[in-house]
Amino acid sequence: MVAPGDSQWGLLFISWLTALVASLAALFIGEVMGRAPCVLCWYQRAFMFPLAIILAVASFRADASVWRYALPLAAGGWLIAAFHTLQYAGVIPPALEPCGAGPSCTSGDMTILGGVPLPVLSLLAFTIIAALLALVNRRHDA
Amino acid sequence: MTRRLLVIIVAIVAAAVFAVGAYVYQHSYADQQSRIARAESNHLVRPHSPVIGPASAPVTIVEFFDPSCESCRAFYPAVKEIMAKHPKDVRLVLRYAPFHQGSDEAVSILEAARLQNLFLPVLEALLATQPNWAVHGAPNLRIAWQAARSAGLDIERAQRDAKRPEIEELLKQDVADIRVLNVKQTPTFFVNGKALASFGQRQLDELVRTEVEMAKQKAAGR
Repeated sequence: MVAPGDSQWGLLFISWLTALVASLAALFIGEVMGRAPCVLCWYQRAFMFPLAIILAVASFRADASVWRYALPLAAGGWLIAAFHTLQYAGVIPPALEPCGAGPSCTSGDMTILGGVPLPVLSLLAFTIIAALLALVNRRHDA
Repeated sequence: MTRRLLVIIVAIVAAAVFAVGAYVYQHSYADQQSRIARAESNHLVRPHSPVIGPASAPVTIVEFFDPSCESCRAFYPAVKEIMAKHPKDVRLVLRYAPFHQGSDEAVSILEAARLQNLFLPVLEALLATQPNWAVHGAPNLRIAWQAARSAGLDIERAQRDAKRPEIEELLKQDVADIRVLNVKQTPTFFVNGKALASFGQRQLDELVRTEVEMAKQKAAGR
């Protein structure tokens, strides 16, 4: 375990806050607002939820070496969010799915707060987390 | 250590914000649904719908109901219990929300049973045997018909009746009303037009009790 400096801990802490807000927002939209997650949303959840937990533990223990575990998760989630965003934007054609197999990943339902697309928010969150973790790593080496 | 304290405080605050947000959202959603139900009250209760309990009861529970829905089955005893608590003051209006494959045929069995005055026994038989016939993706309505027969239904007549155009019309109307009232899941309850803020037996029980008391006060005041 490597004890981080103040600014490094701050970066770690903000990366956790990002993961926490993203996870709770996903739970709110899915469980409280009752909008079922589409398939790609589920994969992004699978990467975001563990980040909220391990970054909490790392912030608590002030363990900067967590980037080794967290950055791959953030990268995996980032790839899916990027794919989802491109699909939502119509750059990649969506896979044909039979009706009733769950909500579509590209429908107008994929927005919140009057039109902000959820895949873009997810991509933003994964980008912030990955960038902060990369910075934690750099200061960690220095 | 202050960092540790900060992490703990943030975790607690986040959980609290989530809980309060969920509470506020659910209540404002229920208010909105109640407002729609009040404005569109003709969509809430239709004369064609089956009614259980005294027709002139002051309190009306409207249940959007799917005979294939496990939660509706699980909730049925609770509804019965609530009705039994207020035998003179509460009636139940069932609206169909055929959200599952095969639900429409199950509804037609119920409607055919209504024509033979066997609505309740057939409803209970269908619910009792639901795990056998309402398999998701592969419903087997033959089993449902058999269950209806053992509840006393004249099957030959019922199968002719089930094809009546009125039943199809009724189902179409119910589905159209589901859209107007923004009903997304079954069972969905309205008590005198008021939606439940959060789903549960206790919540339904409390709302019914409040409405019954209000109705009694109103009657006494007159």
